[in-house]
Amino acid sequence: MELLLEGFQTALTPTNLLFAVLGVMLGTAVGVLPGIGPAMTVALLLPVTYNVSPSSAIILFAGIYYGGMYGGSTTSILLNTPGESSSVITAIEGNKMAKAGRASQALATAAIGSFVAGTIGTILLVLLAPSVAEVVVKLGAPSYFAIMLVALAAVTLVLGASKLRGMIALFLGLTVGLVGTQTGQARMTFDQPLLADGIDIVVVAVAIFAIGEALWVAAHLRRRPLDIIPVGQPWMSRSDLRRSWGPWLRGTAYGFPFGALPAGGAEVPTFLSYATERKLTKHPEEFGHGAIEGVAGPEAANNASAAGTLVPLLAIGLPTTATAAVILLAMQSYGIQPGPQLFDNEPELVWGLLASLFIANTLLLVINLPMAPLWAKLLQIPRPYLYAGILFFASLGAYSVNFQAFDLALLLGFGVLGLAMRRFGIPVLPLIIGVILGPRLEEQLTQALALSQGEVSTLWSEPVAVLCYLLVAVGLVGSILAGVRRRRGGDGDDDGGPHYPNRPHAGAEAMEVG
Amino acid sequence: MSTETVPTIVVAYSADEFGRAALRQAAEEARHRGARLVVVNATRGDALVDRRFAADDEVVALEQQLTGEGLEVDVRHEVVRDVADAVVEVATQEHAALLVVGVRHRTPVGKVLLGSVAQRVILDAPCPVLSVKPPR
Repeated sequence: MELLLEGFQTALTPTNLLFAVLGVMLGTAVGVLPGIGPAMTVALLLPVTYNVSPSSAIILFAGIYYGGMYGGSTTSILLNTPGESSSVITAIEGNKMAKAGRASQALATAAIGSFVAGTIGTILLVLLAPSVAEVVVKLGAPSYFAIMLVALAAVTLVLGASKLRGMIALFLGLTVGLVGTQTGQARMTFDQPLLADGIDIVVVAVAIFAIGEALWVAAHLRRRPLDIIPVGQPWMSRSDLRRSWGPWLRGTAYGFPFGALPAGGAEVPTFLSYATERKLTKHPEEFGHGAIEGVAGPEAANNASAAGTLVPLLAIGLPTTATAAVILLAMQSYGIQPGPQLFDNEPELVWGLLASLFIANTLLLVINLPMAPLWAKLLQIPRPYLYAGILFFASLGAYSVNFQAFDLALLLGFGVLGLAMRRFGIPVLPLIIGVILGPRLEEQLTQALALSQGEVSTLWSEPVAVLCYLLVAVGLVGSILAGVRRRRGGDGDDDGGPHYPNRPHAGAEAMEVG
Repeated sequence: MSTETVPTIVVAYSADEFGRAALRQAAEEARHRGARLVVVNATRGDALVDRRFAADDEVVALEQQLTGEGLEVDVRHEVVRDVADAVVEVATQEHAALLVVGVRHRTPVGKVLLGSVAQRVILDAPCPVLSVKPPR
């Protein structure tokens, strides 16, 4: 508690407060714009923030992360196009509400629900993260190795319908992580001195998120504009409030644990929350025609999951979403090693960050409730202007990492890879997590084997490690069985729902893969 | 040439007060001259939302209303490379007797940033252009 108060002291300095405001503004903006997400934004801003103090930068990034969760709902509701993947479910009922003239109520329940969930989630984070860190710090290298394996397997197997595509992305990422001479011998450097230091992860992240997306948009530049529903000030009546608070709390209960699990993310809990509210509602006839519960629950769930994501990130150094992965990268670039020691080594940074999350959440409520119509105006920006800016920042960022023109070539190369991945429906997250965790996985493995002097059995000498391997095995077997059953039964759970202007493949990902 | 029998009036329509003013004036002219009316509502389609691009039901309503007033109406509602070029092209193809556009004030900065569709239509049009301001 005392530590948290000190954290507020850090977070409330004028500079850091300014960064928090900047972060939530930027976050909301990119959240509103489909295709541009918090992960891309943080990646783009990474090089720009090199001269800022680490705590300010991390506060900025956390603001962007939370802000993205708020902004996504605005687009979902007004345009029937999710601004972020975490707001896909919100579009189902939210847009129906807007079409029925209840856009203000939908926006209000989304914003207030996000605030409630974000605050509860952040409190849980403050309570949980330090104790998780205390447990994790006692673990040895074999356990770390196993935990990272779980994270990699989970990200690949659980998220996205196609395991094969997930695997392709993961191994691409791990391969990129191999490049360099860090281990003493040159691997995949092709005798290029420029590759000897390895490929900078910042370049990979910027290329995959920003260049890939920009090329993808350039390939689909002209499309019919969508009909936006005009909206006034968000507000809700007492009966809306009565119908919303239950879904808010249940959504939070789904969102936080899923966020904290490796590969939890925001998509699964928002869907579960929607399904639950649909079952529990006293107004079943309204579902499918704009039920407020169907907006309140999922929106609370996605914000709670954002808070949950920070538990493994801060306590173990394990990213579970794309944005968390890039924030981890930011910490590493400041020379901060995320992990259980973080709470002891960098108390000012960690507690400042936690305090700033409360502040960001409050700021978001304040700027989102009255300003929702204003944010919706962002959707009128012509894409060429938007993506020219993104390309500029991407190139600037990639160049400023090492001041090597070679990095720009890499940027373009990986950008084309990013385009190809979008084209063929290969998820981006496993690649990024693979690039980041690959080298660390190897480091833990080497360390474990060095301590045991090459005895391989050390890998399953710790109970936590054994448990992790069991989890991976269960996951693998389970996904294979599910695949077999699907081929036999041929179940299709595609419900149409919201359409994606930038991602025609996202809905089709459930199709079978040979 | 079809212009001999029934003259054609082309109107550049945008879903705002300027477009509506232009359309009202164009309908008036069409009635006077006994002309056919071609309504062009186009967008570059490079933004997610373009408020000047009319919604489908709005177009249908417009068409019905104008037909109800006894006018022969043809609506071009499409995504194009360039809105001004598209309007001029329709006017050329239809051998338009008159082209109607709505005009607005633009600050110098606004002109540099956004250009002016109306200005380019006026300068490039193959026929006389009637520019209309919404009533104050």
